[in-house]
Amino acid sequence: MSVLVYIENRNGKFKKSTYELVSYGKRLANGLGGSVTLLSIGKVAEDELKNLGAYGAGTILSAETDVPLDDRAYASLIAAAAQNSGATLVVMAHNVTGKALAPRVAVRLNAGLVSAVNGLPVSYQPFVVSKKAFSGKSLMQAEITTDIKVITLSQNTAGIETFAGNAAVETMDASAVTSGITVLSTEVQTGKILLSEADVVVSGGRGMRSADNWEPLEELAGVLGAATACSRPVSDEGWRPHHEHVGQTGKVVAPNLYFALGISGAIQHLAGISSSKVIVAVNKDPEAPIFSAADYGIVGDLQTVLPKMTEAFRKFKSGN
Amino acid sequence: MNILVCISNVPDTTTRIKYSADMKAVDYSGVQWIINPWDELALTRAIELKEAHPALVQKITVITAGGADADPTLRKALACGADDAIRVDAAGGDSLFTATQLAHAVKGEPFDVILCGIESSDYNGSAVGGMLAELLDYNSVSAVSSLNLDGNSIKVTREIDGGKQSIETSAPVVLIVQKGIAINPRIPSMRGIMTARTKPLKVVAATAAAPGSKVVGYQAPPQKSACKMIDPENIDELVHLLHTEARVI
Repeated sequence: MSVLVYIENRNGKFKKSTYELVSYGKRLANGLGGSVTLLSIGKVAEDELKNLGAYGAGTILSAETDVPLDDRAYASLIAAAAQNSGATLVVMAHNVTGKALAPRVAVRLNAGLVSAVNGLPVSYQPFVVSKKAFSGKSLMQAEITTDIKVITLSQNTAGIETFAGNAAVETMDASAVTSGITVLSTEVQTGKILLSEADVVVSGGRGMRSADNWEPLEELAGVLGAATACSRPVSDEGWRPHHEHVGQTGKVVAPNLYFALGISGAIQHLAGISSSKVIVAVNKDPEAPIFSAADYGIVGDLQTVLPKMTEAFRKFKSGN
Repeated sequence: MNILVCISNVPDTTTRIKYSADMKAVDYSGVQWIINPWDELALTRAIELKEAHPALVQKITVITAGGADADPTLRKALACGADDAIRVDAAGGDSLFTATQLAHAVKGEPFDVILCGIESSDYNGSAVGGMLAELLDYNSVSAVSSLNLDGNSIKVTREIDGGKQSIETSAPVVLIVQKGIAINPRIPSMRGIMTARTKPLKVVAATAAAPGSKVVGYQAPPQKSACKMIDPENIDELVHLLHTEARVI
């Protein structure tokens, strides 16, 4: 009963979410009484790969290729690695890449797939996992009934554990990989904290009143080291870019701390933030539904409250 | 060029979820059914492209897998502007089962671009689009936030980890689309609703397929404790609580 974990690098480096995924794979392997193998696609230095030993990596297959992410090509490599290593469970992150690849891998392996799994399985035999359904309005337990199984892990739901041990890196031949798509250009977000990885998110809604009022919000985010986000009306109005939209049809986030500033708390917005550990809401309407989802609330006008918040957090940060 | 839009028939996103007494099933009584929001945006973009390139885009077909109770949702898609509809008569099952049913109905049909929403608002699986592409052995591009046609070249923007990319690909292809693909979903006009009644809706028999997973049971999510209100004149209290009580800063 061995486990294959697909790990993704950005410019040759791994992130915190990869450590969580590797350590999750190791714990799954322990639960199943087997070993864990990692597959890395792309160019990653051997030292960077070997660092993953501390999170439980045993064997790491390194498939070096210049082919950019191509769903079909990458899925075929992952499926081949699963077959070669005799994996009965394939694990990926529930992020843009995992969502693209896991379904294709599942079909190739004739495997059942449950995506966006919360933490470790409820049981290994039968293999039952827990996940959110109906955009966070329900929790569901699902059993994967096929011999080979594929799951994607919801970020921040398993935590990171460290293990003693060394990782052995092996090369996997990826020379036959070709791509059916042409990448014309790549635009990388620089200098900003990514919404999908942020521990703190500062999010603004229609209560911010206009696109010109975002500076104080960005200032607060800067003080907190937070990513900025917004509600749907804000991105629909074009006040903020679409990739900042958090909610049912936008991004689902799971930070430790989420600030909802001038967001009324429509059910579609709550669907995107319900996995946040702590929610702070500021709204001038004391009846706003956001207060029933929030842990801490302030009723007040953002024009005056927001600068005060920035000052208070600045004072706190400088005192620490 | 023929465009196929895959539609999931889902409860209205504002629905309060109820369960059967044994918590093993969702109680769908009284639920309003809608086109899955991402699929609705995919359909909107398909209609926009047909309007912009009438010589290039010949037909928009919508497809779903489900029982006859999904027909009103398909009719709504026809009223929005799709030309015809297919329903694979296969209710229930997981993503693998659904994708197998769709592939069975689509295989050999002349669809150049297949659009799927990135997830459905009920099971949030993000699975059927990629599975369908693999079953058909087509290329796929996921997390697509814009789609344009330039002759036979298909140009898309996709989100990647930490940024976005412009991509060129060619038919046949499955595009798994997300936020940004269209802004305002198309709303059926009165004329659209009238003509939708006579547009073709073909029912295809299901194929034998085994699901890869099954639902064991449901739970209501844990209740949040009451919101602690803080005086706007005393923001230091908030900082203090976040630091000492919630321990998140």
